[in-house]
Amino acid sequence: MSDDVYIIGVDMLKFGRFPDRTVPQLGAQAALLALDDAGLEIKAMEALYCGNLYQANAMVGQRILQEIGQTGIPVVNCANACATGATAFREAWMAVKAGACDLALAVGVEQMGKGLLGGGGAGTGIPKEGLFGGGTMPTVFAEAGMEHSHRYGTTFEQFAKVSVKNHHHSTMNPKAAYQMETPLEMVMNAEMISYPNTKLMCSVNVDGAAAAVLASGKKVRELGLGKRAVKVRASALTSDPWQERDLVMPDVNSCTRLAAEKAFSLAGLGPEDLDLVELHDCFATAELLHYENLGLCGDGEAGRLIDDGETALGGRIPVNVSGGLLSKGHPLGATGIANIYEVSTHLRGEAGRRQVKDARIGLTHVIGLGSACAIHVLEKSDF
Amino acid sequence: MMSTAQAPLPAAPCLRIPEGEAPYLEAQRCGACDALYLTPRMACSRCGKRDDLHPQRLAERGTLYSFAIVHRSFPGVETPFISAIVDLEGGGTLKGNLRGIEATPEAVRLGMAVKVVIDDALGRRDKDGNAYLAYFFEPAEEPSA
Repeated sequence: MSDDVYIIGVDMLKFGRFPDRTVPQLGAQAALLALDDAGLEIKAMEALYCGNLYQANAMVGQRILQEIGQTGIPVVNCANACATGATAFREAWMAVKAGACDLALAVGVEQMGKGLLGGGGAGTGIPKEGLFGGGTMPTVFAEAGMEHSHRYGTTFEQFAKVSVKNHHHSTMNPKAAYQMETPLEMVMNAEMISYPNTKLMCSVNVDGAAAAVLASGKKVRELGLGKRAVKVRASALTSDPWQERDLVMPDVNSCTRLAAEKAFSLAGLGPEDLDLVELHDCFATAELLHYENLGLCGDGEAGRLIDDGETALGGRIPVNVSGGLLSKGHPLGATGIANIYEVSTHLRGEAGRRQVKDARIGLTHVIGLGSACAIHVLEKSDF
Repeated sequence: MMSTAQAPLPAAPCLRIPEGEAPYLEAQRCGACDALYLTPRMACSRCGKRDDLHPQRLAERGTLYSFAIVHRSFPGVETPFISAIVDLEGGGTLKGNLRGIEATPEAVRLGMAVKVVIDDALGRRDKDGNAYLAYFFEPAEEPSA
């Protein structure tokens, strides 16, 4: 049986706009923070896995090492839509799990443009946006939300409450891009982008980077870093299985359900064992779908869950206490490691005002359209 | 130099425009597992069966499965419009604009009956000046119970 894998250093930059920095510089900053958190130098790292989407052909990982130390280690650059950062983390996890190395560094980094993501569509020679419906991300996730409304009667107000909750959480997170309260009327009356998603129900387009140092159990013991180590109890990655409507509706549901099933099975745990969840709230509509996809409640119960405050800090199963993508921000390639930072911080008992009390087990989830879903189950140090 | 009017081209791969006949929608059905596709592919993405996809004409009536009302889009795209996902009678799901109805959440009803209308692609032309045909949805009379 292979050794367990642990996170021994993890950190992120406060998300925001960094026009005077390059992508490798942002990644390098996060890498140094994670190394400092572990008390290690780049020279100790045996491999680097770098996640970045928009400069996927630019060898970002190697350029990070040019900033912080070119030690000749293997570097893998990966792109996997919004699951990019989590995919890089998972590759590092696999390398350690396989016994190929004892210490690996994972970095997720992104600089974002402005405006709407998505849309377009290849094919014949005329633009398709607004001709065959809409292809922007707010529209695609509005449609995913209205599918839930169709099945279960979920309301605009219930979707909007997700944004109220996550913005509230972000007021306690100094690393969130925004820290402001957004009352329900403010969310519902914000500029309508794609009904039912208003502007405050869309994730924040910002730059950011996050990084993690992963270690084998053997190395954790050797370095005496057990106290703050976070165990990676499970890692699961899926692509979208065939679905009846997936030619016109990118499928965020079955992809997530499949990953959750795999992750819980690997961890030997169930949703009832979780103390907190950081899930992919790229749009407010998405969060409610994932309550059910991750098994936090039964099918059709997500609206009630948000109404009853069960997913707010202090509730039965707090979701996105970081502020989520809606308020902490969503630099695509960084997001998957930033939420691992968030859960790890709670498991270490270092989350300050937003600390989930006695957190022992947490789950991170990201989904990239196309589609790729990554889930990690993390556990408080067992040393 | 705008010479003889060219016949409009299909703006979607599932749109067929036979000469001298009304245009229609056609999908590919897997002979092994019945999965339906709007575009050709090498094998069935559901069951993996190769070389067994067969054309099937799609129905021109269906029901509204989901929608979004798009208020902000890319520059030059007229808003608001209703982005609709429609399940067709007899199988197949299409995404397109729902027109002929007010673009408000009060007016649009999930599950409502719609019909497919094939029409000019909103006046959009390619760089060679070609016109295109597209499909749209419009409210239809509810089938009698």
